[in-house]
Amino acid sequence: MTGTESPLDSSELILNMGPQHPSTHGVLRIILKLDGERVKSAECVIGYLHRGVEKIGENRTYGQFAPYVDRMDYVAAVSNGLGYCLAVEKLIGVEAPPRAQVVRVILVELNRIASHLLWLGTHALDLGAQTALFYTFREREELLKIFENYCGARLTTHAFRIGGLYYELYEGFEEQVSAFCESFLPHLDEYDDLLTGNPIWRGRLRDVGILTAADCKELGVTGPLLRASGVEWDLRKAQPYSGYEQYEFKVPTGARGDSWDRYQVRIAELRESVAIIRQAVRAIPLGPGMAKVPKVLKPAVGEVYVSTEAPKGELGYFIVSDGTVQPYRVRVRPPSFLNLQALPRMVKGASVADVIAVIGTLDIVLGEVDR
Amino acid sequence: MAFEEWNGELARELRAGLPGTELEFAEYLGQHRVAAQADNVPALIAYLKNACGFDFLVDLTAVDYPQRAARFELVYTLYSFARNERVRVSTQVAAHAASLTTIFAGADWLEREVFDMFGVVFTGHPDLKRILLPEDWEGHPLRKEYPIAQPDEAWIAANLEML
Repeated sequence: MTGTESPLDSSELILNMGPQHPSTHGVLRIILKLDGERVKSAECVIGYLHRGVEKIGENRTYGQFAPYVDRMDYVAAVSNGLGYCLAVEKLIGVEAPPRAQVVRVILVELNRIASHLLWLGTHALDLGAQTALFYTFREREELLKIFENYCGARLTTHAFRIGGLYYELYEGFEEQVSAFCESFLPHLDEYDDLLTGNPIWRGRLRDVGILTAADCKELGVTGPLLRASGVEWDLRKAQPYSGYEQYEFKVPTGARGDSWDRYQVRIAELRESVAIIRQAVRAIPLGPGMAKVPKVLKPAVGEVYVSTEAPKGELGYFIVSDGTVQPYRVRVRPPSFLNLQALPRMVKGASVADVIAVIGTLDIVLGEVDR
Repeated sequence: MAFEEWNGELARELRAGLPGTELEFAEYLGQHRVAAQADNVPALIAYLKNACGFDFLVDLTAVDYPQRAARFELVYTLYSFARNERVRVSTQVAAHAASLTTIFAGADWLEREVFDMFGVVFTGHPDLKRILLPEDWEGHPLRKEYPIAQPDEAWIAANLEML
């Protein structure tokens, strides 16, 4: 240091957050340019978990690829599987039987709750509210037990098959699901007691990481983020699939698009999921679980794009068939990837601590971002 | 079942709104696709966004057809909240395409991924570099000639010479 420079020179600081940082929810690296505590710009570096899922898809048969999709958003494997099955079913002109559709809705909504619970627990943990994690994981455990009873796996379930269900429901499925719904709503009120009324929690989220509806549309952001920005849009309502038009449920929205609204929207979605499950579990029709599907799938030459409302947003599958047993191209439109793209815009001008809060409310899974 | 001629409302709107542009309208399983020359794609997508209400770029990806002269088919999926309708725009390119980042900011990462996986260069992109693979990676894995499993000979030679 020479004598002419100020001993307290305030140059820009480049801070590397991640990829091995617990609050980045996996292997996300963010290069932050800081002016003191303030973020001047942020750049996401991703790909640490890239496994070439789309390339694998081109080298497997349609049926063989189905278990791989569970490994993308691994906390919502059932939703991934449903999207893929629906896409292939559309391509081969098969519709799952009514029984399968209802069971699929129940399991997907249970999985949505599991995904949101994992988000809530880890998000609260990131912001220093450690207690919530133990509560949310207690409830999530009940859900994983239901998955385990149904198909033997807790996380990467491969619960569905192209054409319907592989497994019949186990004895006592309806009772276990109903009992979960019964106990879960009071637990949601407990979270409210722990977090919603907590002034620190509110202070950490209010007006942090604002994303307007226009930003969302420009950046391709979907799911709870889009709804928190005030856009009442949910694929389950806009373009219903698997019989979602039969169920009554609301699409919760926010107004400001800040982290607080995203928190509130997801909590409200938990209640709506319970409402859907309660309606569905009372109305599981009898009948076959599988449609008639040829043993060897050889869809005609063509292409489809089918998307579903996964817990993180619009999960789409674009499949091109060249008439052989393997897809010519499988493209996954991952909601986490496009939602994460909004991060630099959301944290500009925020403090470093707010970055943690924003990553938390983005609810990304790096397995899906990187594929 | 094969692709059929599509003559829906949107197809008629586009024909009337872009009279000089060569467009091909196809329908398959109730989904719609507009094929255009690569040069016309930015104008077509801007028109879809500004005049037809397709204000959401859902996805951008590519499909590799090595036997074609312009081997990469770019596929843009657009959505309109007002019409609750999706449409795909497709075009064939050899190696270069115009970036759409000025029309949809969200095209940024999507174009980087297509560049990373296929090697299509998007001219006008503000920061075109690999996104999922390391910067020093060689090749583009989603090209058809790229094998699914191959040992990285260079890495083995550099790091495991004793073997």
